[in-house]
Amino acid sequence: MTEKKLKVLAASSGGGHWEQLMAMRGAFEGCDIVFATTIPGLLAKYDIRGGLVLPDCSRDSITMSIRCFFTAFSIVIKQRPDVIISTGAAPGLFCLLAGKLTGKRTIWIDSVANVEKLSLSGKLAGHIATLWLTQWQHLSRPDGPHYAGAVL
Amino acid sequence: MILVTVGTQLPFDRLVKSVDTFANELSKPVLAQIGKGTYTPQNMKWIKNIEPKDFDNVFRDASVIVSHAGIGTVLTAKRFGKPIILVPRLAALGEHRNDHQLATVSQLVGRPGIYVANTDDDLRNYLLEELDSPSHEDSSEAGRASLVTYLKNYIMTV
Repeated sequence: MTEKKLKVLAASSGGGHWEQLMAMRGAFEGCDIVFATTIPGLLAKYDIRGGLVLPDCSRDSITMSIRCFFTAFSIVIKQRPDVIISTGAAPGLFCLLAGKLTGKRTIWIDSVANVEKLSLSGKLAGHIATLWLTQWQHLSRPDGPHYAGAVL
Repeated sequence: MILVTVGTQLPFDRLVKSVDTFANELSKPVLAQIGKGTYTPQNMKWIKNIEPKDFDNVFRDASVIVSHAGIGTVLTAKRFGKPIILVPRLAALGEHRNDHQLATVSQLVGRPGIYVANTDDDLRNYLLEELDSPSHEDSSEAGRASLVTYLKNYIMTV
């Protein structure tokens, strides 16, 4: 009998957040992995099957943010991942929030673009994530975010 | 071919216009992906948005990339081993919500294959030079491997 694979939900916005998530794909080897992003074409670009689409949102639109949160929540309920990981931004944070509410392990890796301070999502993620990482040594603190390397 | 890309989220007419003013002096043709910009280039080929599935091919054909300081483009340039010239967006000119792109380039300047242009002249001079490509064995590879291993170990302990 084979052991059940761990299921990972990896979610991020399109653009730089997504390229960073792709750059750390090696971390999910051997897992049952589900990707979610805000630009459908990015799933095809990386030959990802069974990927999911999240509505894009930002702090500028409350309606889109609510829609995004509910989509994130329904994805987490349906997919039942063991771990949820995100490189940002708001849509990824909502997936982590849904994960926290359902008692999952959650990982936040703040974008390497944030070199002076964490993003707003990154700061909020500190209250949610079970593993909270920055990609810059100088932004790490004893209570988190921690530094474990960077994609760039 | 020289590829100019400004990302899909925000316009960056200053960069597009800047390259357009000296595009005729360059020895290679230029293709500009102008995104939400409204300036229409006169001296170079342009496209609103490159489809994600075509993006890799366009990148492969380019010899130099000119870009806003977006991490996605920096990572893609590195993946294809292409030199990249970065022009940071400035909040004071309404090009971004804040100056994080200035902060980003302050940490990237001097890395192999990455060039930072703070003025139009910088940009023009870089495009007239032969630029070095990023090396595949730079220190960032070790940083990436360390992050991936750390994440993998964390996931496995669940």
